[in-house]
Amino acid sequence: MSGQDASQATPLVRRWPYLLPLVLILALGGVFTKRLVDVEQGLNPNVIPTVLLDTPLPSFDLAPLPGRGTSLKSDDLKGEVSLINVWGSWCIACLVEHPVLLDIAASGEVPIHGIAWRDEPDRSLAWLAERGDPYAKIGQDPRSKAAIAFGVVAAPETFLVDKQGIIRYKQTGPITAEDWRNKIKPLIEQLKK
Amino acid sequence: MKTFAILIAALCVSAPAWAVEPQEMLKDPALEVRARAISKELRCVQCQNETIDESGAQIARDMRILVRERLQAGENDDQIIAYMVSRYGDYVRLRPRFMNSTLALWIGPFVILLAGGFVVASRLRKGGKNPDPLTPEEQATIASLIEHGERTP
Repeated sequence: MSGQDASQATPLVRRWPYLLPLVLILALGGVFTKRLVDVEQGLNPNVIPTVLLDTPLPSFDLAPLPGRGTSLKSDDLKGEVSLINVWGSWCIACLVEHPVLLDIAASGEVPIHGIAWRDEPDRSLAWLAERGDPYAKIGQDPRSKAAIAFGVVAAPETFLVDKQGIIRYKQTGPITAEDWRNKIKPLIEQLKK
Repeated sequence: MKTFAILIAALCVSAPAWAVEPQEMLKDPALEVRARAISKELRCVQCQNETIDESGAQIARDMRILVRERLQAGENDDQIIAYMVSRYGDYVRLRPRFMNSTLALWIGPFVILLAGGFVVASRLRKGGKNPDPLTPEEQATIASLIEHGERTP
């Protein structure tokens, strides 16, 4: 008897707080669903957004691979639009990216400089000899100094640098042919103007 | 029993396993202690929920080494952490800073606690009032239940 009586005695307006948990659960459900949909549509929750966009590239001076040109210096990169690709012969995802880099190099649109990250020089050279060499200059970064300066988490990562030496774009993970066509190439054309 | 005692003793004296490798450590114990303290503030960027002090990832190892090199170069703790933040963003701090975007994180729990306390307090105050006395009909029903074990029709 009391349940019924109480509900009759308490006006409906005063019972709205009992709906709060339901509202909260629905709101949470909405947030979770949004996130799941984002991930489904290709958002990678593990990617840390870079804080280096639109900042000058860090200064570095990296030794070349033996017998392969001169060192890779940050100062030398000023004056032209270029890509800096952080890679390693141990890196599986770099294998996926490699044909795209070769295509970009062949197109002559932009020089690609390589940072051979945490690698043995011999292995880097053997890897390039076997698969082709898309790089203009390559600098070695055995102790991650440059990689950390670039905020690199995992190879491959690629930075697009403008004529003033400002970082304009960062690609985390392999560049696909679509990324090149739709994002990077248009940006380069814009930066070259 | 003796074996058991030896086992316990061994467990007591053994150091916990760290990711820091002996060759990474600095000769100067004071600097090494500072290096360890800084490393515990920095998040491994690859594993995301470990400090670089405890992570076995290569990048964490190289970050530890860089921390030590910068310590030896005479930088202070804040400068080293600031450098890492300038490269990786606030993400690299394991202990989030108090700022606009982390406001909810820091004060959220206290707001919820306060709100809950407020609800409980207002309930208690309301509950303290004496309920209305029973009506004569209710008293009759109870008396009948006690006496006959059932309601009078």
